[in-house]
Amino acid sequence: MTALAPSPVMYDVERIRRDFPILSRSVHGKPLVYLDNAATTQKPNAVIDRIVRYYREENANVHRGVHYLSEIATNAYESVRTTVKKTINARSEKEIVFTGGTTEGINLVAYAWGRKNVAAGDEIIISAIEHHSDIVPWQMLCQATGATLRIIPVSDAGELLLDEYAKLLSSRTKLVAVGHASNALGTINPVKQITEMARAHGAIVVIDGAQGIPHLRIDVQDIDCDFYTFSAHKVYGPTGSGVLYGKEALLEAMPPYEGGGDMILSVSFEKTTYNALPYKFEAGTPDIAGVIAMGAALDYVASIGVENIAAHEHDLLLYATARLQEIDRLRIIGTAAHKAAVISFVLEGVHPHDIGTILDQEGIAIRTGHHCAQPLMLRYNIPATGRASFAMYNTREEVDALVAGIGKVLEVFG
Amino acid sequence: MSDLRELYQQVILDHNKNPRNFRELPEATKKVEGYNPLCGDHYTIYLDVDGDTIRDVGFTGSGCAISKSSASVMTQTIKGKSKEEAERLFNVFHKLVTGEPGDTSTAELGRLAAFSGVSEFPARVKCATLAWHTMRGALEGKEVISTE
Repeated sequence: MTALAPSPVMYDVERIRRDFPILSRSVHGKPLVYLDNAATTQKPNAVIDRIVRYYREENANVHRGVHYLSEIATNAYESVRTTVKKTINARSEKEIVFTGGTTEGINLVAYAWGRKNVAAGDEIIISAIEHHSDIVPWQMLCQATGATLRIIPVSDAGELLLDEYAKLLSSRTKLVAVGHASNALGTINPVKQITEMARAHGAIVVIDGAQGIPHLRIDVQDIDCDFYTFSAHKVYGPTGSGVLYGKEALLEAMPPYEGGGDMILSVSFEKTTYNALPYKFEAGTPDIAGVIAMGAALDYVASIGVENIAAHEHDLLLYATARLQEIDRLRIIGTAAHKAAVISFVLEGVHPHDIGTILDQEGIAIRTGHHCAQPLMLRYNIPATGRASFAMYNTREEVDALVAGIGKVLEVFG
Repeated sequence: MSDLRELYQQVILDHNKNPRNFRELPEATKKVEGYNPLCGDHYTIYLDVDGDTIRDVGFTGSGCAISKSSASVMTQTIKGKSKEEAERLFNVFHKLVTGEPGDTSTAELGRLAAFSGVSEFPARVKCATLAWHTMRGALEGKEVISTE
């Protein structure tokens, strides 16, 4: 987020838009304005074509056959581990476990690390602005072990109260789990500081990176977190694939998550020897095309430069914030100083669901609802919000369309 | 805008702004919560049932314009009716908002006709039917109704 402002020559949003075929379609007779990127991003040709090429030319199971196609597929699949390693600056490919997505990554840690290392009387700390996927697995772990869940409170602006967090930390704290960026408010959390504070009490740290990876340069060694997990589909890749990064020593000491093929070295009815990292955690045939296409997505992002994308999105965030604040009856929920390009808002006298329907008629896609963060909605005493979330291909003109669309909402509701 | 005006008809906007029977019913014999977790719509329906007759009905809660106006119109529609009649009206309304052909004339539909536009918006059918499902659940003796 400290990148230089993008020069128009360097950042050609129109050229980028041409890489995303869906952006040229219309919805209800209007050009699509896609502002639901925190739910899922659209896919560039590089990703779509990679999936097609895999199925047309390379399809075979991985780590199995000696035949030509199996070797091609295995190489393509395994090369993504190196791509991910570089993208997040992990130390080794052994630290990169492929998963079905962020949720599976969190559940894997809660199950494989948690059941072994958490006991009655221990405490797990999460924050008040977590997505349900970073709440429920920890609740389940607490129920199974007798541990207690503690919550870092949040300010009215949507920033975690680190003084309160400091008070929660103790020798009982076994694990701290926070999102890198909030899907509902956009707040970017100081994950490095949060990790350092947890470390001082001997706790491990899990970062839910679902909203981090699309907007930020990720350096897991710099953050020094123990686990970092994300989904491909939030970063222009396909649904169904994702990554769990874990420090090698921790992964090594953890029991497997699921049993099956590929995660074993040898099986007899008396004894099974588990495979080495990272395969120990990858039972069964994975989403091979999904992983390969995730690699294509990360390569695509790298070709544009995540700092350039972040700068472009930050410009959109500032512009959209200013334009939306011009609307009298509109209130933005989440005004942290450090924000990803996500704007949650409420409109006095109009329920977000009605806003969503009316904007949809204008071809504008936003998310309305509780954003899988019901405790957060309760914190702000609102049932739901409308949420516009931006990606590398959005434009100021689309922000203008959103503002005009909200004008229509006010017209209908008077 | 034409489709939108079909959906957000004047009756709906009016009932959203000034919901009728929007109150707790201290003498209620049945009280049921209706909840749509997807959008957070949340209502409580109060029924004062005397034998077979719905003597009075009220509701509280919050949600979108479609769900709130639907609850409001429902309270007016079923007040004073028999349980059997309320069940029949449930079916009439359900057909109307899901676009199923029904044999009820517009005149007979009365205020309910304002919800005919909902059938063009499948994502909003649950909003329109939440209060109705809740009312029906109350008559069946349930305590919490979820339309998710």
